[in-house]
Formats: sequence, C-alpha cells, structure tokens
Amino acid sequence: MDNSINLSDDTLSKIDEVVPKYPEKRSAALMVIHLVQDELGAVDDASCEWIARRLELQPINIKELITFYPMLREKPWGRKHVRVCRTLPCALRGSYGTCKTFEKKLGVKEGHVSEDGEYSLEFMECLADCGQGPVVIVDEKTYENIDGKTAEKFADLLIDGKLDESDDFNSYEDSLTQGTKN
Amino acid sequence: MSVSTPKERRIILKHADDPNYSNRIGCYLREGGYGNLKKAFSMQPEEVGEEVLKSGVRGRGGAGFPAGMKWKFLDRKSGKPIYLICNADESEPGTFKDRQIMYKDPHQLIEGMMITAFAIGAKQAFIYIRAEFHEGARILERAISEAKKAGFCGNKILDSEYSCDLVVHRGAGAYICGEETGLIESLEGKRPNPRIKPPYFPAVLGLYQCPTIVNNVETLCNVRHIIEMGGEEFSKIGKPNNTGTRIWCVSGQVMKPGYYEFECGSLTLGQLIFDICGGLRPGRSLKAVIPGGSSAKVLRADERFSGTLKDGTEFDWGLEDIPLDFDGPMAAGSMSGSGGIIVMDDTVDIVEAMANVNAFYAHESCGQCTPCREGSLWMRKISQRMCSGGAREEDADLLLSVAKQIEGRTICAFGEAAAWPTQSFVTKFKDDFIRKATDSPKERDPKSLQLI
Repeated sequence: MDNSINLSDDTLSKIDEVVPKYPEKRSAALMVIHLVQDELGAVDDASCEWIARRLELQPINIKELITFYPMLREKPWGRKHVRVCRTLPCALRGSYGTCKTFEKKLGVKEGHVSEDGEYSLEFMECLADCGQGPVVIVDEKTYENIDGKTAEKFADLLIDGKLDESDDFNSYEDSLTQGTKN
Repeated sequence: MSVSTPKERRIILKHADDPNYSNRIGCYLREGGYGNLKKAFSMQPEEVGEEVLKSGVRGRGGAGFPAGMKWKFLDRKSGKPIYLICNADESEPGTFKDRQIMYKDPHQLIEGMMITAFAIGAKQAFIYIRAEFHEGARILERAISEAKKAGFCGNKILDSEYSCDLVVHRGAGAYICGEETGLIESLEGKRPNPRIKPPYFPAVLGLYQCPTIVNNVETLCNVRHIIEMGGEEFSKIGKPNNTGTRIWCVSGQVMKPGYYEFECGSLTLGQLIFDICGGLRPGRSLKAVIPGGSSAKVLRADERFSGTLKDGTEFDWGLEDIPLDFDGPMAAGSMSGSGGIIVMDDTVDIVEAMANVNAFYAHESCGQCTPCREGSLWMRKISQRMCSGGAREEDADLLLSVAKQIEGRTICAFGEAAAWPTQSFVTKFKDDFIRKATDSPKERDPKSLQLI
C-alpha cells in the first residue's frame, strides 16, 4: 500500500487493525477517517483519495462523509481546540457568556482559528453532559460548570499552559476513579 | 424534603459514584460481574428472550418500545447473519445517562450486550458511540479487551461453541445517527440518511440488509439485571407497563442538577425538581419544563392535565403531579423520551428558549426530506429574527404553520422532533410570542441569560 500522505507507522498499523474488524470495508470509513484526521488534523483531497484507495471506494464516498459530519474537517483546527456547548441546557446556565469570554481571551471568533494557528473555538451542539453545564471540551478533555466568569480564569490557565496542573479545573475524564483500585 | 419523597433506587448506576469502584474488570468481577452471562449461557437463547419479554422492559433510548417485543420481530428465517448494535450516540439535548454507564461501569454494558447477542444469535455486535466521547471509546476498547482475555466476549465465549466479536465504532458529531436507521447507514460507512419503514425495519432489513437489533445503552444494561432477577421479578419493579428503574437527567435551572435513578412511577415531576434537585434558585419560580429531551413537548408550569389513563383511571394533574414513568408524561401530552428533564425558571425568555432549540434542529437535520430540511431552517430564521428585534404579531401563527408542514411528512421521526418544540412553545406561551412583537424591552433583563 502506498503512503503518499505520509502517515506514521503507528497510524498505518492502527488502520490495518481496524479495517478487518468489519464485514465490509466501507464500514471502516469513519474509523479510518478519524485515525487520519487525528494525525494530520484534517482530511484534504489527497487524504480522501488515499482512504478511498485503502477501502476500495471512490474518493467521493469519503468526501461526502467529510462534508456531512460536523466533527470531520477539510482544514485543521488550531493546536488547541476549544469546544463550548451551545444547546439549551448549557445555555440556561450561561454558555453564551462562556463562548464570549473565550472569543475575547483567545482572540478568535467562534468557528474560526486564531491567526497564529494556536487556538480555535467552536460553539457546538449538545455534548451530553447537560447536568454540569456549561460544558467545555479542550482537545479531548471535558470540563464542567464553566460559566462566563469562570471561563476567564480557565482561559488564562489554558493560555499559560497550566490547565492540566491546575487543581481548580479537573476534567470529567480525570475525575473518574482510576484503574489502580481493581 | 417532604416525607413521601421516595429514595433513589440505583440498579444500573449502583457503582457509578462509588469511590472504591473503577471501570476495570477486577471491580466488576468482585461485585459478581459476568455471573449473569454464565447464567444466560446455561439457558436456551429463546428462554433468555422470554425472560426479557416477561420483564416488560421498555427501550430507554426515547421511543419506549418493549425490548422483548423488538427482539421477537427479528427475521430468523432469512438465514442471513444477525447483528446487534448498541446505540451509544447519546445526543438528545438534556440526556447524559449513557455517558455515566460507559465511563464508570463499562463491563455492565458488555455483559448486557453479550447476553443479548447470545439470546438473538448475533454474529457480531457493535457499539456506536458519539465521537465527543473520546475517552469513553478508549474505556470501552480496554474493557472489551479485558473481557476477551477472560473469555466473556469474542471467540468461544465461556468455552461454548458461541462466538461473537464486539467492535467499538465512533460517530462524528451528527445527532441524526441516534435514529436507528440513520445509525445503520452511518455504520455502513455512508451519510446517515435514515431509511424508510416499511420496508427497512432493522429487525428484518438492518445492517447490510440483514436482521439487526438496535438497543440503547441503558436498555442493554437492564438485560443483565433481568437475567439476574428473572423477568417476573424485574416486572415487579416500578409499575405495570412501566417496569424497572429509570435514570432521570435533570438540567437547567435547578439547584442540584444531575442524574437520579428511581423506580418507574415512584415519584412525581414536582418531587424530582423541588425535593431531589433542591428546587429553584432563591426568588425564582417555575416557568416551564421539557420532560424528555429537547424534542419532547414543553410543559407550562401552570398547566392542568386531565383525562383517562390506559387502565381506566381518571387523572387531573398539575405539572408537579405528573408521575415519572413512561405513561405519565405521555398522558400529559408530552413524553418521557430519553429521560432528559430541562427546567426553566421565570427569568427565561421563552421565545429565546425556543429559538435555541430551533437552531439545534436546523443544524442537525440531515437534509434528506425537503419539509424537514427547509422547515427547520425557516423555523430557526423566524425565531432568530424574533429575538433580534424583528418580531411581528403574526410570527406565532407563521411558526405553527411551518411546524405543521413538517410533522408527519418525513422519512424519520426527526421531523416530529423538530416540529414538536415549536408547536408546544408557541401554543402554550402565545402571550410571550405576541409580547415579543408588541412590547419587547430594548434592554435585556440582567437576570435573563442569553439563549440565542
């Protein structure tokens, strides 16, 4: 198989692992797209063509997925991607204010990437954690109860690269009881 | 708390918030995990199905269709392979229960799925999980590999002749993938345009046109408990036709939002909001409640609901009296749906709340059917215009006429999901809609949050 889009060996082997899990190759399309996008940040035309060849499909079969699903991208987000939930339960707890704070602090309009490519902001639909809204996802971690005011401090820590070490904001994922107690 | 308010009964979420319990297989086994898989494998597959039928368990994804009945519809004569899919796309706004199960107790789902797979004779099983659950997918992958090593999943389960692989499949952020035929299209690697029923009932023509069962996460977990208790015993939990527990997800403007598991019908909407969730913020009063995820019809705080229940008893309820089960919210003209209860207090601008919901459905319509694609966009445009100073008195009727042209004219139930919020908001709060046009203040009340 050619590797014209320069994927890492790790991604290539994950793709080789995931495709045979399905009775039909086409079913693996979303999972392969995710793996490519996770590494490259987006799925451009060359990547569509490569994925199509890998799954014995036409490029349009991949392109039509990229252009339909909200989380699939033709152009990459910023190096740090912030998602804020817009839907009613979070809005009832102030998520419009949260989004505004991030726009101001990160210097980027929602739906866009900052000029230096560092941050991007997405005001998106329900993230299924409505009980603790407003919900914010940074890359792959979910933070709860981030209203407009809290978001100021949150954004400062994010910009300083100190969010992970801060005790003020523990992600939903990090608050799970860890596997050591089995 | 008033004397009569019942306590939570946690069956599905028994270990969810136990600090001494993790999502690893060791904890699950310590608590007797996979014992019910062994029990099920000592039975005939048909017997397992009979127990589920006897339990009366209804689907927890939204429609509330009896799970045992769904399994009965499976086309076994075709000779084609049978598939099982867990719908873990949890995307109805207001719902966050399946997340708790998958992140905190994934083996419960795997055990429920393998029992179900055995009962229906599935060749392969899938978990379709929404892509925003990044870590959830990794937790499930790890749990599946733990289960495979222990012989609970995959090849020759429990040293029997039965094998069934379980695969985690990630979506990519589209609400429509929660609709079962849309989900199937998505799992086939296509755009998730729902299929028309008939003929595409998944139990007959599902994944790869083969017989397929699609069940929600919570439903599949219930299967494990049905086998543990026996269908008959399970059916004694809750009320007739409303068996088992339900996880109610409360969001919005209450003091203690969160997930609460109760026996079906054991408490009222008022008890949940005012006792369990600590009521509203000081000085606020209740304005409206959406009882079953954002597509359910909104209930107005001062509404009266009366009529006759299926069993013949007459009822006359205020909003707070509505019993929380499947049939209660239905009798009140709405639905319990996926169990997502969204609470709004008197600071809420009801037109903005509707505009928020309309923006959601306009964004999420798959675009396959014209009435839904165009109608949901127009409802968004009209309601947004109303909220940005351009409201007209005739907008209320205009919105109703658009909604009416969507309902019943689409391939899947998304059309209704998009139309019902508008229909109920406009009909029940008509004064608010008229006032928006005639008497809208220039400045926003500082207590009233922006919703659109």
